[in-house]
Amino acid sequence: MTLMTKLYGAAAALALTAGAAAAEPALIFDLGGKFDKSFNEAAFGGAQRWAEETGESFREIELQSEAQREQALRRFAENGNNPIVMTGFAFGNVLSEVAPDYPDTKFAIIDMVVDQPNVRSVVFNEHEGSYLVGMMAAQASESGTVGFIGGMDIPLIRKFACGYAQGVLAVNPDATVVANMTGTTPAAWNDPVKGSELTKAQISQGADVVYAAAGGTGVGVLQTAADEGILSIGVDSNQNYLHPGKVLTSMMKRVDNAVYDAMTMGTDLETGINVMGIANGGIGYAMDEHNASLISAEMQATVDAASAKIASGELTVHDYMSDDSCPAISF
Amino acid sequence: MDKMPGWADAVLVPLISLILAAILSALVIIGIGEDPVAAFKLMVDGALMRSSGWGYTLYYATNFIFTGLAVSVAFHARLFNIGGEGQAMIGGLGVALACLYIPWPNWYVALIGATASAALFGAMWAFIPAYLQAKRGSHIVITTIMFNFIAAAVLNYVLVNILRPQGAMDPSTAKFPEPTHLPTFQDMFSTAETAMFRGAPANVTFFLALVMCLVVWALIWRTRLGYEIRAFGESESAAKYAGISPVKITVVAMLISGGLAGMMALNTTMGEAERLVMNATEGAGFIGIAVALMGRSHPFGVLLAALLFGFLYQGGAELALWTNIPRELIVVIQALVILFTGALDNMVRMPLEKIFLARRRAQSGSAR
Repeated sequence: MTLMTKLYGAAAALALTAGAAAAEPALIFDLGGKFDKSFNEAAFGGAQRWAEETGESFREIELQSEAQREQALRRFAENGNNPIVMTGFAFGNVLSEVAPDYPDTKFAIIDMVVDQPNVRSVVFNEHEGSYLVGMMAAQASESGTVGFIGGMDIPLIRKFACGYAQGVLAVNPDATVVANMTGTTPAAWNDPVKGSELTKAQISQGADVVYAAAGGTGVGVLQTAADEGILSIGVDSNQNYLHPGKVLTSMMKRVDNAVYDAMTMGTDLETGINVMGIANGGIGYAMDEHNASLISAEMQATVDAASAKIASGELTVHDYMSDDSCPAISF
Repeated sequence: MDKMPGWADAVLVPLISLILAAILSALVIIGIGEDPVAAFKLMVDGALMRSSGWGYTLYYATNFIFTGLAVSVAFHARLFNIGGEGQAMIGGLGVALACLYIPWPNWYVALIGATASAALFGAMWAFIPAYLQAKRGSHIVITTIMFNFIAAAVLNYVLVNILRPQGAMDPSTAKFPEPTHLPTFQDMFSTAETAMFRGAPANVTFFLALVMCLVVWALIWRTRLGYEIRAFGESESAAKYAGISPVKITVVAMLISGGLAGMMALNTTMGEAERLVMNATEGAGFIGIAVALMGRSHPFGVLLAALLFGFLYQGGAELALWTNIPRELIVVIQALVILFTGALDNMVRMPLEKIFLARRRAQSGSAR
């Protein structure tokens, strides 16, 4: 008898949660996992903020295999979750096949453009933010040589490097930019040891500021830079706190805002391409108590002036992905 | 004289192992504050109660049948092929090259061609460890596991530097051309009114896997080569005395094993993704070892064990979707099943054997 009651209870609880799930938004993390200290974690932060402010809940899944990408999308869509947010370009192919099957469900994908009527494609102007931190780097550098360490060698990361180099050269046309990529596979996103080696190599070439756009690999870059007494620049989230007084600034890519906005709009999600740049607060650089001593008022004024010009459209930073080439640096 | 009747060996031992694994899993789920009954119900509902759930279960099972058969064939010759993962990766390369560079007229011709290519690539990858074992005595367990890493590195290089389309970010090949797309269960079983297996990746390679079960059964128990493989596995010196060449049997058994493992890539690469991605094997090469152990290296046992693991994979995905059980714990549950059915086999078997022996003694005693 008690067993039966328990069974019924479990079934009822299941039915209840399923019912409540009907209008929930869903968030799908890429294979990197929820707590990667970088991209996925920022997305989780945004969803968490939305949940706390509204008092509502959301569904989430960390994928285990490639085959689950499509499965997660379809199951959430069939369950009535709306909107469904996913992080990372790797969902692009799958989403463009799945989205037409569920015309009443809204999808949001970050870092990739999927041309479907019910998809919101959120892309970031990383080149603009990288330009700003490049200006910072050039002003803080005494040797006239600055470094860039990318994660996986893909066009997206070259876009970071290209914006950065343009920013550096805008301040100091004689500066040298040393750029290295950690690897050519997704493993390059999480290889702090290699990041550390590359940092040492760049220091030996004279670099005294390094910018890491490399996900988890960046942790090693920032650590080595702090140990060796040079400055570093963080990426995606505000990483200034990791080594106070040693991290010059961080290029902020507000993935959390993108997720938060998508969930706030809910089922009325605005579809189409959503470009997050300096103008709408999607991109910026981090200032806080940890790096206040490193950045003079003059430095900040120069960068803020450029930032305002980019926002107003007066200054355009070349986007590597627009033509697969970069005027400021060769790869 | 067997210590236990055949049915107890084939059914009772795995069943008790499974029940033990289920009890431990339930304790784990209770430990993190979730309801094990609800969780089990979710797994069954998600994997077996809907046609698209079956579509995923059978998709995973297809992978495990191929890799399970691969391990089984080698195991009949007492060769422990741990390299299924690497052989499947290289098999995937064979599938991709065949699909991308040969203009196939339609899917069934393409499937035949890609099958041959996958089996050839997988077999070639198994050949080197086999040769080293047969001629140089390098232990097959060490060499095959090392070859998994080499395969991953080779695939990596080829995908990133050669096969990746210009400007693409993902290290994967271009999508295979339309004529090579295999019919999925959705294409085969859906009618105009009802969509069956909607969106599920199970495809025609499942039937190929079933055929291979039959072929392997016939090979091992109905051919001269199969007899030689089994004789060699039972006793190398006796086989030698009977005129069976150890070098030949080692190499041939590993070639067949590698070919079967390579054919697994048909399912993931040609059937599901329709392009070659970096991690297409998803650990199925290793699951194949557990499947072969649990299936007692018999094709029918492999089929049943593969279905069980397909259910575990698909059920695990459902748990990840609808509960707060973290994915690491789902892996723990899957690992418990592998541990009990594969590694801790004797823990169940030995007490059972004692019970059966005691019963037999009691019976023969009373008859006298």
